[in-house]
Amino acid sequence: MTQAEQERRFLEKIEKEIKIEPNDWMPDEYRQTLIRQISQHAHSEIVGMLPEGNWITRAPNLRRKAVLLAKVQDEAGHGLYLYSAAETLGADREQLIDDMHTGKAKYSSIFNYPAVTWADIGTIGWLVDGAAIMNQVALCRTSYGPYARAMVKICKEESFHQRQGYESLIKLCNGTPQQKAMAQDAMNRFWWPALMMFGPSDAESTHSDQSIKWKIKRFTNDELRQSFVDATVSQAEILGLTIPDPNLKWNEARGHYDFSEINWDEFWQVVKGNGPCNKERIAARLKAKEDGLWVREAANAFAKKRAMKKSA
Amino acid sequence: MQDPALFEYVLRLSDDSLILGQRLGEWCGHGPILEEDIALTNISLDLIGQAISLYDFAAELEGAGRNHDQLAYLRFENEYKNVLLVEQPNGDFAMTILRQFFFDAFRLPLYEALMQSPVEQLAAIAAKSVKETRYHLKHTSEWVIRMGDGTDESHQRAQAAIDHLWRYTNELFYEDAHDRTLQAAGLVPKMAAIQTKWTDTVTAVLNEATLAIPTNNWKFEGGREGRHSEHMGYILSDLQYMQRAYPNMEW
Repeated sequence: MTQAEQERRFLEKIEKEIKIEPNDWMPDEYRQTLIRQISQHAHSEIVGMLPEGNWITRAPNLRRKAVLLAKVQDEAGHGLYLYSAAETLGADREQLIDDMHTGKAKYSSIFNYPAVTWADIGTIGWLVDGAAIMNQVALCRTSYGPYARAMVKICKEESFHQRQGYESLIKLCNGTPQQKAMAQDAMNRFWWPALMMFGPSDAESTHSDQSIKWKIKRFTNDELRQSFVDATVSQAEILGLTIPDPNLKWNEARGHYDFSEINWDEFWQVVKGNGPCNKERIAARLKAKEDGLWVREAANAFAKKRAMKKSA
Repeated sequence: MQDPALFEYVLRLSDDSLILGQRLGEWCGHGPILEEDIALTNISLDLIGQAISLYDFAAELEGAGRNHDQLAYLRFENEYKNVLLVEQPNGDFAMTILRQFFFDAFRLPLYEALMQSPVEQLAAIAAKSVKETRYHLKHTSEWVIRMGDGTDESHQRAQAAIDHLWRYTNELFYEDAHDRTLQAAGLVPKMAAIQTKWTDTVTAVLNEATLAIPTNNWKFEGGREGRHSEHMGYILSDLQYMQRAYPNMEW
């Protein structure tokens, strides 16, 4: 079969909404785009464990401690499925992780912001997981089969996390003035970084067009960002929290909320490694990898010894 | 309080679970491999879950209107009755796994025995927790064997952890008048029986791992009486931070 013929068949599958599977022919750029996107998503899950993990030992009661442990554990699990999905495309997990450590591969910039109060944990659940779900629900129908299937499971857990985060904020917002202020402060710090999670504006996004044609992405960055704002405003109202944007208002003609321009300078600074916690996050991951080297070596050496004993 | 001995007994179980769960929670996001990060977090979660059930029961026995969070978060250091072993720092992965292994090898036979206890609530908690503990012991035993019979470095690290932690293991089998009262009533097992099983497990696993059982006979204790190591204060600073900084609030 000629390459042109293979490509025609590939596009026909995309057109007919037939999933692309690991052994199917696919254009190299499609493969590379998926590896980049899936690994970036996996890295985000793993780095995302750090700001929340910091609060496990300080969670204010036993139930919250258990819920947070379960949530962070889910994130590690999501990282595992996603690395596995990337491996079906021929990528190597350790190589992907090294690419993150060197800065070649990115993870979601939101995790470069610090989680400094307990209210940040609820806010991360509500806004950050909420923004992630906007992206991820669309990815449940992405054209690559293993990625789409991983996303179905991940979305179920993420929406559970979002509800837990929101529920924890309800407690704060109905609590003492100190608790309410803590929640508002977290909202002030996380609102804009949450909107930045959808990536650069459509005009600036380098990967969007082709990804939409291949149905890897179903909606553009700006469309998803708008959906998120539209969905979140009423949730903030119920909590009695103010969204830190004086220009936020309902636009009857558009049928959407208008909101201020994102501070793109901050966005690009954080992407380039100059966010408040970029260095700390990578340093923590590198330390885990280096400290764990002897453990992985021991496991490999032991497995080899046992295999030799069996064959002997 | 109707039964101070039983309250004390359940409180010890609760505190062991809480403090060890708290320690393991520090690993979250820093494990040597992703699979192990998940496993350590999972064990931590199981222990916190056990602590909730145990504190609920302790609070009921106390009958003073305290709930599980007040018991877990709002006592002074000398009121915590966990063994010194569980408050020891995580150290490297070998130290964490050996600490957990020594604890699991104690907890499993203890829960198995408590399942037979006429104290229904205690038997029910033991029956639920025994399944989790069996899995924890399997997991830690496998790692002890892997480390012991892995590389030279892993062998040395595992042996160093054993040599360091050994001094804290005797306290697992601590008994005082409270225990003897409960034992005489046939409510809880004698610690000698648990210790025999612990020794069997530890000997078998360390032998398979080609690791040596220490000959030092240091016996550190104090935790069961509320006398802790210097580490405990720091654990409580983190654990109690929110409850102390924002008193009487709901989260």
